[in-house]
Amino acid sequence: MRVLFKTSYNDDIRLFPDRWTLAVYAALLALAVLLPVLLDEFYIGEVTNVLIWAIAGLGLMLLTGQTGQVSLGHAAFLAIGCYTNTILIEAGLPFIVAFPLAGVITGVVGAIIAIPALRLHGIYLAIATIALSILADDIIVLLDPWTGGVSGKFPAVITIFGLEIERWTMPVRFYYLVLVVTMICTLFYRNLLRAPLGRAFAAVRDSEISATAMGVHIARTKVKAFGLSCMITGWAGALMGYYAGAFNNETFSLVISITLLMMIVIGGLGSIHGAFFGAVVVAFLPQVLSIAKGAMIGGSVAIPGLETGVFGLILILFILFEPMGLYGRWLKIRTWFELFPFARKDMFRRQKSYLKTERLR
Amino acid sequence: MSLLEIKEATLKFGGVVAVNNLSLSVEEGEVYAIVGPNGAGKSTVFNLISRFYQPFSGSITFDGQNLLDRAPDQVADLGIARTFQNIELFDHATVLQNLLVGRHRHRKTSLVEELFFAPRVRREEIAHREVVEEVIDFLDLQPYRDKMIAGLPYGVRKVVELGRALATGPKLLLLDEPASGLSVEETQDMRWWIDDIRKQMGITVLMVEHDMGLVSSVSDRVLALADGAKLAEGTPAEVQADPAVIEAYLGVGAV
Amino acid sequence: MEVLQLLVSGLANGCVYGLIALGFVLIYKATEAVNFAQGDFMMLGAFVTLGLTNAEHMDLPFWVAAPLAILVMAALGYLLDFFVLRRLFGQSQTAVVILTIALGFVIRFVAGVIWGHEPQTLESPLSIGDINIGGVVLGMADVAVIVVTVLLTLFLFQFFQRTKLGLAMQAASQNQMAAYYMGIPVKRVQGLIWGLSGATAAIAGILFASKGAIDPNAGLLGIKAFAAAVIGGFGSLPGALVGGLIVGVIEPFASRYFAAGYSQIAPYVLLLLVLVFRPNGLFSQVRVKKV
Repeated sequence: MRVLFKTSYNDDIRLFPDRWTLAVYAALLALAVLLPVLLDEFYIGEVTNVLIWAIAGLGLMLLTGQTGQVSLGHAAFLAIGCYTNTILIEAGLPFIVAFPLAGVITGVVGAIIAIPALRLHGIYLAIATIALSILADDIIVLLDPWTGGVSGKFPAVITIFGLEIERWTMPVRFYYLVLVVTMICTLFYRNLLRAPLGRAFAAVRDSEISATAMGVHIARTKVKAFGLSCMITGWAGALMGYYAGAFNNETFSLVISITLLMMIVIGGLGSIHGAFFGAVVVAFLPQVLSIAKGAMIGGSVAIPGLETGVFGLILILFILFEPMGLYGRWLKIRTWFELFPFARKDMFRRQKSYLKTERLR
Repeated sequence: MSLLEIKEATLKFGGVVAVNNLSLSVEEGEVYAIVGPNGAGKSTVFNLISRFYQPFSGSITFDGQNLLDRAPDQVADLGIARTFQNIELFDHATVLQNLLVGRHRHRKTSLVEELFFAPRVRREEIAHREVVEEVIDFLDLQPYRDKMIAGLPYGVRKVVELGRALATGPKLLLLDEPASGLSVEETQDMRWWIDDIRKQMGITVLMVEHDMGLVSSVSDRVLALADGAKLAEGTPAEVQADPAVIEAYLGVGAV
Repeated sequence: MEVLQLLVSGLANGCVYGLIALGFVLIYKATEAVNFAQGDFMMLGAFVTLGLTNAEHMDLPFWVAAPLAILVMAALGYLLDFFVLRRLFGQSQTAVVILTIALGFVIRFVAGVIWGHEPQTLESPLSIGDINIGGVVLGMADVAVIVVTVLLTLFLFQFFQRTKLGLAMQAASQNQMAAYYMGIPVKRVQGLIWGLSGATAAIAGILFASKGAIDPNAGLLGIKAFAAAVIGGFGSLPGALVGGLIVGVIEPFASRYFAAGYSQIAPYVLLLLVLVFRPNGLFSQVRVKKV
């Protein structure tokens, strides 16, 4: 077990609490940078997929895990980011301008949509965002001149200062691009957590009434959470467009929204690690399943709904037995090793709580 | 001029009159206690001051400003902090984070600065931290600094909530039943803290409390409420001796 | 005449939405949670009936199969609560929301494995014959849907207003701890409610399948039923029915009078409008939390 001796308040503010953690993350980064040397291009593509899902997960985590607002409509914001990026590049903006701008525009749209949605609590918000996700599909079709409607669009070519990046022919370059975006988004998230706004998010999540009494403007804070969440989600959407190679009105469906929410729950709500752990599950589950299916009944048989069904089952098991998700499990295992042999079984026992009506809220 | 002045405030829920034509004034630097049986409207008075409820009629002024012009989240900005009867902490955050939320009204940084964690954000964080550490020292919360609220015992949570209110740097502190559910020792601590809050920090305290022992030892003036209306007001001894108060507590014929 | 025809077919569809919405409201009233798998419950109820009565399966008479299916679904609802939801006792609404969404996925997958993904028709006496009232043609199934829905709503409404169990269920939802102290077996009451909503889903499924074909994705209809429940205000049983009828009637009219792209979004636009302007539904019952 490591014991920290803190000598200044900066110790609590810095990104890595101690040298050991810094070393671990530095090693992780080095591994990520060296990965293209270690893996062939197919697997680099898969890892890229994980990272893109992780960015989207960070986006939703900020809203759901940090601020406590459930959204089942984040696929709509993936779509806005994706289409905006493509349209901006087609309009002649360079990628290095269009891509950040696409995220910012998605964030602004998200914040505007949030204003009426703010009055909604819990399930009402979830239902409103479902409607949003369904509407996005139809709106994309209706905006045919810009979006290409049902026939869809191909993402515009990425050129950064003369350097071309293409997902299929140069997966390694695309991987590095995604890695950089992932790091920026993670850094943003961490910065928020150690700043007043991140604490205000948690305050809104845990008790709106006392957050108000502390001077936190609930509506404004939620709008900011929506905006920031949608900004990150928009970037993920733009990258998803590149990764898919083509997209239309059905690419960002309600199922994607739901998958995204389930992903962060499986990963562990309220933690950055959770977004990454969940992304690994989402990205690799189809592969694992097809291998398992191939071993059992032959690979050629198609079972519709298998992936979502198994995914649903995994989620149910997590909610029942490990509500803190993979990250929670990870913490327990780590604590067990750190404290060995002093870990007790009831160390993480949850407090019993009783439901009180939300109707009186 | 009084620090807080409520004049002829009335509030009804449906047909029930929760606060009935109530006037009270709290002077700067005093400890003012509101007592009364359950359902007398004590917490409702707090919720009027916190602006969670809008009175039907009457006025509330704080420090010469009309409180009724302010939104609920602007009340803290004026320098009014409060605790809650049933503890409303941020359960999935640490004690330190809870107290830092108390500093929220003092932040000056913008969204973009916080995204990039500009040097100003760091400087402000450290400044907030220094204030919060003083509160932690004052309330002996050091052992719990990095603990999650969800795992803390009731008595500690009560103290954390007091700490969070103090961290806002208030002029007026509203304590809603600070001693309810506390042990004898914890109530004793609470008594000393309330005394110190008034004497050392110069903060005016308005509290709702059932424990007459605590009320009579710390408060300068006491207001007895029944059915939302003023029953008696004066020093603790005066109010305790008032026949109307005894009747309200013990029933008709007890006098 | 055409307007009347549209209206009638809309009402019949609306009743199905209303029936699913009833299921939402039941669970919401009793547990303050929302069962996002209610649509899939309905689909499952239809398939269970189909499995019991269709010639290529068990070939039971319809009037035996239907009550049996209702019982099976009620048992399933109860067991689901007993084995799964009871473990979530006291957790947030969000956990229940996500759990039931996942449950929907699982139910859809299982139904697909058992009954296949081809649309199938239920051999139901309700689906035979039309009634012609002054030029408006009504399928027998439509009539049955409307009649059963109205009766069921009335029954449930009375149940919650009048019976001890109904009142206990409401109490259990509003404050679990207080309900415990008053001697209400909160957990058992919640199990019964889940059973009741399973039965309601089975009835909805049988009626829906009598009106047309059924496949494992039919449960997605539940999303429209959300619109119905929200429009009606989540806590109100008659509200759910009215909401269902509104959504049901809007659809045929929208597709008749609006351009193709705009017609299918009508229910969702209405849903959002209601949420923005009357966030608690048209029949709201919301007060402010006390501190």
